Amino acid sequence: MFSLSPEELQILTLSLRVASVSVLASLPIAILVALLLARADFPGKTLVDALVHLPLVLPPVVVGFGLLALLGRRGPIGTVLDECCGIVFAFRWTGAAVASALMGFPLMVRAIRLSIEAIDRRYEIAARTLGGSSLWVFASITLPLALPGIVTGTLLSFARGLGEFGATITFVSNIPGETQTLPLAIYTFTQVPGGDAQAIRLSIVAVVLSVAALAGSEWLTRRASQAHRDDRR
Amino acid sequence: MIDVDIAQRIGRFALDVKFSVDAPVVGLFGPSGSGKTSVVNAIAGVQRPDRGTIRVNGEVLFDSVKRIDVRPEHRRVGYVFQDALLFPHLDVSANLTYGQRLRASSQRVIHEDHVVELLGLAALLDRRPRTLSGGERQRVAIGRALLAQPRILLMDEPLASLDQARKLEILDYIERLRDDLHIPIVYVSHSAEEVKRLADAVVLLSQGRCVAVGDVDALARCNTDS
Repeated sequence: MFSLSPEELQILTLSLRVASVSVLASLPIAILVALLLARADFPGKTLVDALVHLPLVLPPVVVGFGLLALLGRRGPIGTVLDECCGIVFAFRWTGAAVASALMGFPLMVRAIRLSIEAIDRRYEIAARTLGGSSLWVFASITLPLALPGIVTGTLLSFARGLGEFGATITFVSNIPGETQTLPLAIYTFTQVPGGDAQAIRLSIVAVVLSVAALAGSEWLTRRASQAHRDDRR
Repeated sequence: MIDVDIAQRIGRFALDVKFSVDAPVVGLFGPSGSGKTSVVNAIAGVQRPDRGTIRVNGEVLFDSVKRIDVRPEHRRVGYVFQDALLFPHLDVSANLTYGQRLRASSQRVIHEDHVVELLGLAALLDRRPRTLSGGERQRVAIGRALLAQPRILLMDEPLASLDQARKLEILDYIERLRDDLHIPIVYVSHSAEEVKRLADAVVLLSQGRCVAVGDVDALARCNTDS
């Protein structure tokens, strides 16, 4: 029987917490950015698009280093946040959540954007003529119709967050119980003599988690798109 | 009473339409590309003319000089599209009441039960739009527009994607609601047959211009003239 030790359980719950918080916090922003990119025309749109995709193409270490420089204790944003509201990201699990949110952001935005672009805008026009304000139409028509993309994006970003390594270790280091997520713990065990068995156990946990996330994504997407299939012949 | 005097440039197409009609059912008639849909879009407020005025029953919905442009959700103009455009994520019942819920109860004079009966929708209420036939969809779309409590109903080629038997069936329903609800209807079509059957007055469009306004017999004359 495969049972987890208290330390392993701690690593697992920390990983899940970091990934969940990162996804929940970034989802509203991702929907907004996806909506802007899908619908709005504004100067600098290409630049915004490129910026959003940057974490996808940059080495994660560079993203982590950038976060450290900006959000670290001496970084310009980090200092302000610390002084005004006592928010510190450096070497905290919340910092790990920021790192994984940023790394998963392009995947999230991309999936939601594609899904918004696929919506027939005449549904929204119809809803407006029926008395819906633009905000209400967004909430009652656009969002539900974009649900398959939102689900896919969320799960992709979640899975990406579970696997986040480079940006996390650079930004918040590898502190057991605080920032040591699953990949970081696995890495740590591979670096100590005799740690292979532990590394293998945690790797199995990672595989199970990832497969579950993928299967969940498939299932939810299929359900969502079944309920939302177009009504025209 | 519908007063329209609008102009709009859409690419190479120039729309410049002026007419004023007062009839229970106004047929907006003309060949494809004559600007029929642009006119109803402008009345519904989903397409903004470059200049002009639009009034329905004396109320100004659009006036480019006075800078009035009532938002589509406040115009209370019902719009039935060529493809029904039922919301795919809602069942028939939720589609029907989508607009009704958004109107103040003081504005609700057309009731759900009445519409369901009038359009024969009772058996469809729990169904999803994708399981409906074309004719059923169009009936639900008409009911949905009516329950949004419109003061005027625009129908843009509502029969265009239906077969002949369905067309006749929907025409019957439209006649029933015309005689029953007393809401002025603007009926867009390129079919002289449909317009003759339903409309009391006709606005004839050609290449973005209104070329004739008159009763249905005038339309018949126009046809033989050309």
